[in-house]
Amino acid sequence: MLAAVRTFAAVLTAACLAAGAWAQDGPRRIDITQGNLQPMPIAVPNFLGDDSREEKIGADIATVISNNLARSALFAPKDPASFIERIRDADVQPRFADWRLINAEVLLVGKADVTAENRLQVSFRLWDVFGQQQLVGLRFETTPENWRRIAHQVSDRIYERLTGEQGYFDTRIVFIAESGDKLQRVKRLAIMDQDGANPVFLTNGEHLVLTPRFSPTSQQITFLSYASGRPQVYLFNIETGRQEILGDFPGMTFAPRFSPDGAQVLMTLEQNGNSDVWVMDLRTRQRRQLTSAPAIDTSPSMAPDGRQIVFNSDRGGSPQIYVMNADGSNVRRITFGEGRYSTPVWSPRGDLIAFTKQLRGQFYIGVIRPDGTGERIIADGYQIEGPTWSPNGRVIMYQSETRGVGGRAEVRSVDLTGFNERRVPTPGDASDPAWSPLLD
Amino acid sequence: MKFKIAAAIGAAAMIAACASKPEEVVATPSTGTTAPAGPTAGSVGDFQQTSGDRVFYAFDSYALTGEARNSLSQQAAWLQAYPSVKIQVAGNCDERGTREYNLALGARRANAAKDYLVGLGIDPSRITTISYGKERPVDPRSSEEAWSLNRNAHTVIVSGAVS
Repeated sequence: MLAAVRTFAAVLTAACLAAGAWAQDGPRRIDITQGNLQPMPIAVPNFLGDDSREEKIGADIATVISNNLARSALFAPKDPASFIERIRDADVQPRFADWRLINAEVLLVGKADVTAENRLQVSFRLWDVFGQQQLVGLRFETTPENWRRIAHQVSDRIYERLTGEQGYFDTRIVFIAESGDKLQRVKRLAIMDQDGANPVFLTNGEHLVLTPRFSPTSQQITFLSYASGRPQVYLFNIETGRQEILGDFPGMTFAPRFSPDGAQVLMTLEQNGNSDVWVMDLRTRQRRQLTSAPAIDTSPSMAPDGRQIVFNSDRGGSPQIYVMNADGSNVRRITFGEGRYSTPVWSPRGDLIAFTKQLRGQFYIGVIRPDGTGERIIADGYQIEGPTWSPNGRVIMYQSETRGVGGRAEVRSVDLTGFNERRVPTPGDASDPAWSPLLD
Repeated sequence: MKFKIAAAIGAAAMIAACASKPEEVVATPSTGTTAPAGPTAGSVGDFQQTSGDRVFYAFDSYALTGEARNSLSQQAAWLQAYPSVKIQVAGNCDERGTREYNLALGARRANAAKDYLVGLGIDPSRITTISYGKERPVDPRSSEEAWSLNRNAHTVIVSGAVS
């Protein structure tokens, strides 16, 4: 099997490695719907190489994979100092007894090979130590500078094999990089890998920019910029760097978000102080007004099936979350709990809506079913807001800002279970994270 | 910029009439015998000193308070006196709201102030509005006092003032 993997940066190809006589059944499967479960112990020795350059790449790949898996909290990479067997050939069955002895349930072996044509070939095999069988084996090919993407793709294959869910490591985060003190904050559009590597600034900080969101289908970002002198929704092409104002609207446009098919952008248009939800078709540039209440209607987000839109409105007297059909009909309120609700974001799985909630001076990130049942808080803090879903709907990132004059802004992530909250590394202060789809 | 902020905070203190520190309003170097103290008539500084350039709102509200109406009336009187001046009213919010909701709320505040000025006879073509949501605080603290200052409509002269 040869699978062509389309990427923006370079073409990666993946090929299955023969499993030999070993069956492809699994070890125990990780149930990622449970919080706080026992992480699966995994051994990730450095990928092998024939010379120092290949060995360096191999070690770097193993480190990135190990870090990805550890951050997920579903895996517990073993300390390499505890390894007994020293892997010398990535294509030979390992000495399972040696890995059982250190309680590694699964073992990842791989090698890196830079060809005469300066192509990087990386192959790996994931072994079930106790079942003594190969779980997955693949070979990737790309350019040597693209080694991190391979590490992320290998991580995704491991995650998928052992959880039964799509991975999310080969993804990027678009966000707002912040600098300067609170009264003269400089904000720049920026992008980085999901693990914080390869940060790149996309705007120079001259103009205020806010709330970037990834296209689910193309290398495009929609965001809010004050570059023209008034706040307007822009499109940004990551590959070309080209920016354009999205639509010539007679007022402020803000709170943009792509539809799940990438063909439309939902946004808010403010005219004479009143904000309503609109939708624009990116191909025809036709636009349609979806709400018309004399209230704040903003932060629209479309369900993955495209049939419903969730949004934020204060039409009932305080900011709450409402769901309507995609044509604007059948509006109903879904939040009735104590507090103020905003920034609803529909899960890519469709079953939940993430939101920001404020109650008695504290902020929360929570999730609720589209019918308004099952509200659950998964993170809290002073001034946390703006959830964004991993493409598999299992992890949420959000921004967190500390109180006061020296308030720092950072991006945090938490599992849908409410466990495994951690800071996402960013170059300096950061806010408004938005997760990309899987790159491949 | 620093001056503007100091003036705004001073104005707020006066409006709130809480007798805290009205001495911060403007520095008045009135020792010499040359020109009279204070900004040139018709200048940005004159506008700020005469009428104040910010009005303040309650939490999640865009209703104009009595003080806000008074201040806007003074702004309108000044703008009547200098008819070539054009202004932009910027709506601002405190940090206790989400970014997008606050952009909408800031727009409401700016428009509430604009509508009041128009109601007092100022030609709407002289007034534009903009919302900065919670992006342009004047007091960086996270306290009731700071939040009350950060919930405002800020009138900025964009052209036509005496320099």
